[in-house]
Amino acid sequence: MPKIVAVTGNEAVAEALRQVDPDVCAAYPITPQTDIMQRFSSFASNCKVKTEMILVESEHSAMSACVGASAAGGRVITATSSQGLALMWEILWIASGDRLPIVMPLVNRALSAPINIHGDHSDGMGARDCGWIQLWSENAQESYDNTIQAFRIAEHMDIRLPAMVCLDGFIISHSINRMEYLEDEKVKNFVGDFKQLNPLLNIEKPVSYGPLILTDYYMEYRKAHEHVMSKVPGVVMQVADEFEKMTGRKYGLFETYRLEDAEVGIVVLNSAAGTTKDVIDDFRAKGIKAGLLKPRLYRPFPYAQVGEALKHLKAVCVLDRADAFGGSFGPLFMDIASSLYIQDKKPLMFNRIYGLGGRDYMPDQAELVLNELAETVKTGKVKSVKEYIGVRE
Amino acid sequence: MSTPLSIKELSKKEERFTAGHRMCAGCGAPTVVKMVLMATEYPVIAANATGCLEVSTCIQQFTSWNIPWIHNAFENAAATLSGVETMYRSLKKQGKIDKEIKFIAFGGDGGTYDIGFQSLSGAMERGHDMLYICYDNGAYMNTGIQRSSATPLGADTTTCPVGSANPGKVQERKDLTRIMAAHGIPYVAQASPSNWSDLMKKVKKAHEIKGPKFMNIIAPCNRGWRSKTDDAITLSRIAVNTCYWPLFEIEDGVTRVTYKPKEKKPLVDFLKPQGRFKHLFAPENEWLLNKAQEVVDKNWERLLREEEFTAPRSE
Repeated sequence: MPKIVAVTGNEAVAEALRQVDPDVCAAYPITPQTDIMQRFSSFASNCKVKTEMILVESEHSAMSACVGASAAGGRVITATSSQGLALMWEILWIASGDRLPIVMPLVNRALSAPINIHGDHSDGMGARDCGWIQLWSENAQESYDNTIQAFRIAEHMDIRLPAMVCLDGFIISHSINRMEYLEDEKVKNFVGDFKQLNPLLNIEKPVSYGPLILTDYYMEYRKAHEHVMSKVPGVVMQVADEFEKMTGRKYGLFETYRLEDAEVGIVVLNSAAGTTKDVIDDFRAKGIKAGLLKPRLYRPFPYAQVGEALKHLKAVCVLDRADAFGGSFGPLFMDIASSLYIQDKKPLMFNRIYGLGGRDYMPDQAELVLNELAETVKTGKVKSVKEYIGVRE
Repeated sequence: MSTPLSIKELSKKEERFTAGHRMCAGCGAPTVVKMVLMATEYPVIAANATGCLEVSTCIQQFTSWNIPWIHNAFENAAATLSGVETMYRSLKKQGKIDKEIKFIAFGGDGGTYDIGFQSLSGAMERGHDMLYICYDNGAYMNTGIQRSSATPLGADTTTCPVGSANPGKVQERKDLTRIMAAHGIPYVAQASPSNWSDLMKKVKKAHEIKGPKFMNIIAPCNRGWRSKTDDAITLSRIAVNTCYWPLFEIEDGVTRVTYKPKEKKPLVDFLKPQGRFKHLFAPENEWLLNKAQEVVDKNWERLLREEEFTAPRSE
């Protein structure tokens, strides 16, 4: 029987990692991720996992060691946040370029300066184009479920790419949620044994990792990477179907909430979706047909499917918990706009930046946005494409 | 049975670092790598920092490495290899692998003294069972002879070019070998390809010691040193005989100078054949030439005192 528990997001992720029981883990502390690696280290210290720990001196070395360990031929994890991810950035590209299925929970946190330890998506957005798979999670349950599924997706023989599992710092990582843990055996069987592919440790068949490739073939390698990325959504769905059979919990490329017959919609990632769904219910009761789309597979982004799901709306607001300075709009807005651009019929669209540096996202912000969506439909005009909300003027 | 260190026997061994790579003619680094890999019978897995050795030895579908080899980035050969070695321990503990495998990282002085220093220090402190080899040619040669913290005092490089306001590099070298010894790791050594038997003995010894080991090996670069193409071994010998590059090892805190020149040659013997020091022979730079000699003398004297001081006391 699954066990119903009251745990923090970090606790849930650490539990998933314990159940998966990887071969090697590189750990370096950073708030708000620290708690995951502390808990996992305690599992290692008490024979709850077989994992060998590498207690590195920086996140740069954490990802570097993960690359070495993964290429050696085994299951590898690490976890990070914010500045830690920024420090890893160079090696993220190498992990994906070398096609190494490392799994890394990313507890989303704002980037410096000013230094801020709270929930914000700037870190994950800064790494969105580095060839990794990104799964985003609303709550502890989704963080746990995504962590387990991430191994299957990353290690799939058609994919072999690293994967990040994103959850909101503090809001999810440090608050207690009600959720279900699966039995150890079930997780173990679901994830299965790690399958080696060209392991360095095979002395009989020496391989070279990390060659120099210049103008003659570099572009073909990049195209091949893009081709592999295009296969990810199919594998994500396949793994989600199997996961649903085991747990009854349904996952897709994204989640929709009351979207099918909606006239206006909000697109938002992670924890803010919960609050938004509540407020949507209130607006539905008032007769406003509102709905929501919450991306789960954010990289590779399922443009066609997202566009299909949103095209019938009259107006859409994309909520971004990060800004893309100089790019005019928030990163999620740009992806949603791209998804809709290819559709014949396009909703009116605007972008609201909210919750930076852990600023609370309250129901009144969702109300503000929904009222503005209703107003936009009425007037047929977008008042202002991009604004910050919940901010002092 | 390990192969005796005789040229006749060694010449019969299969090459682990093969011909066809694109290192410059007369470069010291591939000679160093060949010697290091030839010195052991164990299966070896190597990691390589970005640099001349890396870019020239594995290009697209061609590789000179007849052993498993990984290049990750510039500053992380030690961290990368620590990951490989940890996976090895994990799989060995699980009974999934039983072979005895040795792990060697290769980095140039830029990737070791400078940008890779933190990664190296961390891996050594964590106690991974690996040997880190720095091939020291005294500058960022791959990018075109920029100064590193291993560049010798007075050298002309492209980022401290000799000019009316600058007589070359005005700082002394970072003494990385001693810094590695200060990590308290079980084995640290300095070697030179001119003294091949000494070099290979040190590698052999390092492989028999469990834990982190570090070796610093001089590797002349005729492009950066502005020396003759066929002078790599001669110059590394002069480096040893002038005591610019002393051969020693520090094993469990005991320092042993493994070669003492019968007659310590003046440093100018080492500097003269190299174009990067040409300006030091101008009268206005005499002070710098003298200072360079003083630094070598001071370090050599200190090394001899250290050997005496750390020697095991006989009853």
